[in-house]
Amino acid sequence: MTTKKVKINETVHDFDENLTIIQACELLGIQIPRFCYHEKLSIAGNCRMCLVEVVGGPPKPTASCAMQLKDLRPGSDGEPPQVLTNSEMVKSARKGVMEFLLINHPLDCPICDQGGECDLQDQAMSFGFGKSRYTEDKRTVEDFDLGPLVETHMTRCISCTRCVRFTTEVAGIDQMGQTGRGEDSEIVTYLSQTLDSELQGNIIDLCPVGALTSKPYAFSARPWELQKTETIDVMDGTGCNIRVDSKGNRVMRIIPRENHSVNEEWISDKSRFVWDGIRVQRLDTPFKKTDGSFESISWEDAISLASEKMQSGKTTFVAGDLMNVEALYAASRLCEYLEGSKILGDFGASCTLSSRSYYVGNGKIEDIDNVKNIILLGSNPRKEASVINARIRKAWLSGANVYRLGLEENLTYDVEELGCSFSDFQTFLDKVSSKKSFWADTLFLVGYGFLDTKSSGAAINAVRSIVEKYKSKFLVIHPNASAVGSLDLGFEAVSSDKQKFLSEADVVYNLGCESVVPDQKCFVIYQGSHGDKGAASADLIFPSACYLEEDGIFVNTEGRSQYAKKAIQPPGKAKENWRIIRALSEKLGFLPRWFDLNGLRSSLFEEIPIISKPGEIIEVPWEKAQKEKRLVSKTILSSYLNEFYLSNSICRSSKIMGKLARYRNSTRIKEAS
Amino acid sequence: MLRRLSKEQPENFKFTKVNLNWAKAQLKKYPKGRQASAVIPLLWRAQEQEGWVSKPAIEFVANFLDMPEVRVLEVATFYFMFHLAPVGSKAHFQVCGTTPCMLRGSEDLINICKSRVNERQKSLSSDGFMSWEEVECLGGCANAPVVQIGSDYFEDLDKDSFEKLINDIEKNNTPIPGSRKGRFSSEPADMTKKYSRKKLSFENASIERFRG
Repeated sequence: MTTKKVKINETVHDFDENLTIIQACELLGIQIPRFCYHEKLSIAGNCRMCLVEVVGGPPKPTASCAMQLKDLRPGSDGEPPQVLTNSEMVKSARKGVMEFLLINHPLDCPICDQGGECDLQDQAMSFGFGKSRYTEDKRTVEDFDLGPLVETHMTRCISCTRCVRFTTEVAGIDQMGQTGRGEDSEIVTYLSQTLDSELQGNIIDLCPVGALTSKPYAFSARPWELQKTETIDVMDGTGCNIRVDSKGNRVMRIIPRENHSVNEEWISDKSRFVWDGIRVQRLDTPFKKTDGSFESISWEDAISLASEKMQSGKTTFVAGDLMNVEALYAASRLCEYLEGSKILGDFGASCTLSSRSYYVGNGKIEDIDNVKNIILLGSNPRKEASVINARIRKAWLSGANVYRLGLEENLTYDVEELGCSFSDFQTFLDKVSSKKSFWADTLFLVGYGFLDTKSSGAAINAVRSIVEKYKSKFLVIHPNASAVGSLDLGFEAVSSDKQKFLSEADVVYNLGCESVVPDQKCFVIYQGSHGDKGAASADLIFPSACYLEEDGIFVNTEGRSQYAKKAIQPPGKAKENWRIIRALSEKLGFLPRWFDLNGLRSSLFEEIPIISKPGEIIEVPWEKAQKEKRLVSKTILSSYLNEFYLSNSICRSSKIMGKLARYRNSTRIKEAS
Repeated sequence: MLRRLSKEQPENFKFTKVNLNWAKAQLKKYPKGRQASAVIPLLWRAQEQEGWVSKPAIEFVANFLDMPEVRVLEVATFYFMFHLAPVGSKAHFQVCGTTPCMLRGSEDLINICKSRVNERQKSLSSDGFMSWEEVECLGGCANAPVVQIGSDYFEDLDKDSFEKLINDIEKNNTPIPGSRKGRFSSEPADMTKKYSRKKLSFENASIERFRG
């Protein structure tokens, strides 16, 4: 990194010479207005809003997003180049640009969904002209259909091309473009195709004006009347940082928050549009099954019925995919008291996952940016962690090689296929085993397909011994938000004998898991938020809050514990998850030390210190890998998620997700035929 | 001018054998992975072959260069030199309407086009043989007014000579390109006798060669 002295306004600073002027100004906290520039996208330089004056440079304003500091010439006496961000020239240039942009922009702010959070509106107020000198007709542009998520009002478009750049660069789909020229240029999709991406919702946030807005959110609220809650997403294991906007007790929309270590500033469509499922199919009162049909009962009756059953027999706790750590901790303490067993419902591994050095790994999501080789082992990150997939694509674009062991599927980037079974993996290992430099710059991304196949133990051991020997990285991609938390708490990820565990039990306490099928004879208590398969098979239902309705900790796939905050109230008689379990514990004669969430958390952190620091990953001691065995199994690795849009009970309740799934399937069928 | 793909599209597009070989040779001009740079030459060749750029042609070129279709569409809609709708099978008149040609009578030519070809530009005549459009400066201002057909310039036109040009084309008589007032090149109009074609042949050898 070479530094360069540059004078910005009146002060001289040292900067990395590769920075652009706009980035340097940002470091100093100087706000430069912009429309087309976005730090995560390539530079277009076509809106001209970020003009600044370079003293001694060409006698015209310069686009600060496209000018690198190293290209600035020194002054006549060799003094550092000077950039002015607020001179008369800059002010009048901005005014001029603003006037041109508004020439063809409709004055429909009162009926525009972007109103109140519109870059054009804000910047017109701060940098624009008070009135328009334009008396001719304005241009109109035809709208087109982008599918069920993104609404288009193309007359409002200012041709910044952020959407085109995002879909091409980050989402990896080549459907959007800008056709025509001059006044007639318009943003289109090729032959009016709809977008085939699970990240398309992000173009709504990227659009600086109201040209691309959210279809499900259309005309439902104004940004200033929304209550904003910063929380964590649970639709996959990535732990994307989100902001939930609610009005009264209704979630109106979900948008991403920036967190460079986790989701940069993107979220998947599932995270963004699942909110309509929050209100649907809710369990709002305790239910008891009698003669095959459910009838509602009071909490007192429900708790005493449950405690009666649990006292009389062996209880197995099953962790679901959306449960926060607090509830799981309360359940696992109760489990210890009852001497029951606890298992993971939605995931089973055919190998022991005794510590984080097995089920999390030593890698971080950020490592994807810095390695040369990425090896996907039995994982489909496009479905299981869409935002991580975008990151892998970014690495691939800047030159990383991606290898894949597992079934073929389009991941939006080229991969080198290694085969589908462990023996194919062994062939690959033999081929490159001696290349130290290769392994030193490698990240393994291990998926559930790799952990839940015959002889997974030997396979994960092979990966771990390479990691140990060559200091490469490995990271397990968990598609479920509560997976790492449950494993931290000692829930067992049993695979083949899951059914055995369940048949041994007299009572199954199901914490929101939809995929287990308990025996007919045992008594099933389901605690969860949505009426789905899990609730249907239960004998007793405890209605609980969902992820937006209670405070909770979620540990993401890299072991980062993050705090989810309560945005709205749970419906009806539904209660927070930990509160239900505490009441039940008390009834069963087990008195936990805590009375509130803070008490629970301090007890939890004492016991499991690795999740005690919010937003951070605490390194765990590395467990030594065992001696390597050759991998011979020819079993084909399975894929974990088949239906991206319908992967958990909340999105199965969402109309939008159902629509998307149908939409996707119908286009797939069309493509196939 | 809003440029969209034509509503009527052919079933498919294929380069002729000669053009395909030419296209393959074009690819070798560019480094590996940069073959998309050949998009304009290929689209142009496709237009020379078919007369216009159709949707199958765009898809063929995209496929040939391994680039997304929308990127080829962007190029095809950006440049006015690409016709996005069918043009006359015998001739597509590109009448220059920029100031010098307009001052020298291009409006008359446009009126003739309107009455003899089609009231609307870029639309086929009733028999499908001809079409016309008004274009920006063709760079033949000294010989204004100018009409371009394919890669040939027809210069110094007036009402009569343009009518005759259209008649010739209708009768399948191939018209000779160049000035309609006997000029060889862009020399002053009253000096045509002084510099006859023969006398100039030596100095203008390169032009002769160019004309073939």
